[in-house]
Amino acid sequence: MLTNQRIQQRIKEKFADQVSKFEEPYGMLTFEAPKDLNLKVLNFLYDDEELKFRFLTTLCAVHYPDNKGRELAIVYHLHNLVDNVRIRFKIYTDINQPDIYTATGLFSAANWLERETYDFYGVNFIGHPNLKRILNVDEMDYFPMRKEYPLEDQTRTDKDDEMFGR
Amino acid sequence: MVDQHIKLPEGSIEKTTTTLNLGPTHPATHGVFQNILELDGERIVSAEQTIGYIHRAFEKIAERRPLYQITPLTDRMNYCSAPINNMGWHLTCEKLLGVKIPKRVDYLRIIIMELARIADHLICNSIVGVDAGAYTGFLYLMQYRELIYEIWEEICGSRLTTNIGRIGGFERNFNDIAFQKLEKFLKEYPKVLKEFENLFQRNRIFMDRTMGTGAISAERAVNYGFTGPNLRAAGVDYDVRVHTPYSSYEDFQFNVPVGTTGDNYDRWLVREQEMWQSLSIIEQAYHKVQEFKGTEAEIYHADVPEYYLPSKEDVYTKMEALIWHFKIIMGEIDMPVGEVYQSVEGGNGELGFYFISDGGRTPYRLHFRRPCFIYYQAFEELVKGGMLSDAIITMSSLNLIAGEMDS
Amino acid sequence: MARPVSYNLIEKPLEPDISLAEMPEGHQGEGFFATTLNKVIGLARKNSIWPLPFATSCCGIEFMATMASHYDLARFGSERVGFSPRQCDLLMVMGTIAKKMGPVVKQVYLQMAEPRWVLAMGACASSGGIFDTYSVLQGIDQIIPVDVYIPGCPPRPEAVIDGVIRIQDLVGKESLRRRNGEQYKALLESYGIQ
Repeated sequence: MLTNQRIQQRIKEKFADQVSKFEEPYGMLTFEAPKDLNLKVLNFLYDDEELKFRFLTTLCAVHYPDNKGRELAIVYHLHNLVDNVRIRFKIYTDINQPDIYTATGLFSAANWLERETYDFYGVNFIGHPNLKRILNVDEMDYFPMRKEYPLEDQTRTDKDDEMFGR
Repeated sequence: MVDQHIKLPEGSIEKTTTTLNLGPTHPATHGVFQNILELDGERIVSAEQTIGYIHRAFEKIAERRPLYQITPLTDRMNYCSAPINNMGWHLTCEKLLGVKIPKRVDYLRIIIMELARIADHLICNSIVGVDAGAYTGFLYLMQYRELIYEIWEEICGSRLTTNIGRIGGFERNFNDIAFQKLEKFLKEYPKVLKEFENLFQRNRIFMDRTMGTGAISAERAVNYGFTGPNLRAAGVDYDVRVHTPYSSYEDFQFNVPVGTTGDNYDRWLVREQEMWQSLSIIEQAYHKVQEFKGTEAEIYHADVPEYYLPSKEDVYTKMEALIWHFKIIMGEIDMPVGEVYQSVEGGNGELGFYFISDGGRTPYRLHFRRPCFIYYQAFEELVKGGMLSDAIITMSSLNLIAGEMDS
Repeated sequence: MARPVSYNLIEKPLEPDISLAEMPEGHQGEGFFATTLNKVIGLARKNSIWPLPFATSCCGIEFMATMASHYDLARFGSERVGFSPRQCDLLMVMGTIAKKMGPVVKQVYLQMAEPRWVLAMGACASSGGIFDTYSVLQGIDQIIPVDVYIPGCPPRPEAVIDGVIRIQDLVGKESLRRRNGEQYKALLESYGIQ
């Protein structure tokens, strides 16, 4: 039985002090790694015969405007289909230089997921075959999901702010 | 933007390929997504997809809405089976808030979710028929989708975008008329489904059009992140209801149909068999619900006044209900800080909700893991080298729903 | 608490009430019927509208339910739904139109031949609906002129049929000279359409 303790032990054996913040919110093992190691960690989780995390469930980003130097968090959710274990793995990056190695070589599913993350947050994935906007219009010049941008269209003239509020 | 005309090798009839824009408005694309195909005669050399024509920024809207106002947003993702999305969202909130659900509510939720699954697969299979040229199956089966709509309408009031249920259960108990309609459905639908199967399953024309086209192997499917009937048709039996059972699915006996080659015919067959399995689950759930007698038969929600909106009669007569109603609507409830990932088996696969809460009344970040978005990337690989008409059938057999793709 | 529900549970006999279109006023005699050209053309046009279903999202599924056999829209003459704008009269925009999709809607509208009508079905097409965001066009009347709006999210099939009947009223009463007149030209100018 592959338990969270065993996975934590294996990861700590391989990466020693570079991985940190092991937690288990609601039963899912979560840890953090430095951003240059993301491909190494993903490859280790993929190739290792005991861990076998070969399914990328999802990949998304979170913006924390108050953590200076670590504003953007990229979160990978992986799944071991054979033993039915899930794991969450985060990397943090500075918002002024959000360069992350792409995971498309390992998981083809990461292709559009990374394009979506680029579209919403501006994370630059190094080595991505086709990094351009996917959901928003191509001419958009800002990254809408960042916390500083509003939800509503600011050019709208007919909505009364006192009645509706923003 | 896209590679213009690819040079064809020596010996081909044409010098370069023709570009065909299978545009956002096309009768065969159910929903708006665009494929720019490079064709060599009728064969497809390459395909590039453009999506985002119905991007409504759900994830950004969800950062500004308290929990109950996000349920209508989840409806509009996979709108063919909206109750599954709603239940998935309620399950996510219940996991975060630590709410325990009574058994009867779980069984009622299963009835609703399996009805939604039948509704989704019904549309997908009949539209594959329409795209292959057979319109009758669609008209015949839509009649039963109307009956499912009536059952949902008895419970929540709405047909398509249901906003059904609350955190902790349902807004009202299922009344006798809902159960009568459910019995009518359970009695009549198997005959209709059998007739629909007879039209297509061993039909020479349908089999010739769908077998061998749009195939994908199990390793590539897992690498692409496929889930749901598309993955099961490729041979991998991954079903969220079996792997991480939610809402008491472990109490039920059902099989998970798995295909072999992952082509269009296998996908059609897997969805067809899943409809039969869903019917059996609904019958089992219905019998289990009938077994609750007396006061237990009146339970339709968990006893969590902090999160469950009280009924209006109580709000107007009792003091506590009024206060809870005010607190819930104004967002004064204490939310725990943390992050949770919950997934349900939607009509298209694993629909996941990644919810990060910072203690405020709205989520700090809500990310939807949308199966359609993830498996549409594989479309180029599925149709490369095939004919144009096969691409149309592949597109509709993948059950691409634009609302889910673009969030 | 349960309201009386009669359809789909109790078998009702088919009543013989088939309604026919009314005859316009005119003079008639043995073998002839004289009326104004307007009324005859209006009658012919309104009972044979060919719609173009521009279905983008959830309202598209309700439209499919309206076209299916339970709430048959073909009874009103819309049997042939076309997908080619050059051959259709009525552009039914169903579902949310994002800003990325706006130019496509305008292009489809421009390709339609006069006389053409536009029906905005659903809250999203009428005014942006529940999505007041940076990426959603707040109503298609920002880019094309609309004749009938059907509110609802999604509107019930009965509401869709009601909207189509109102379009039929508009079509039946329209003057033959309207499309060449000054007011119509000014309307198109305000949208930037020549």
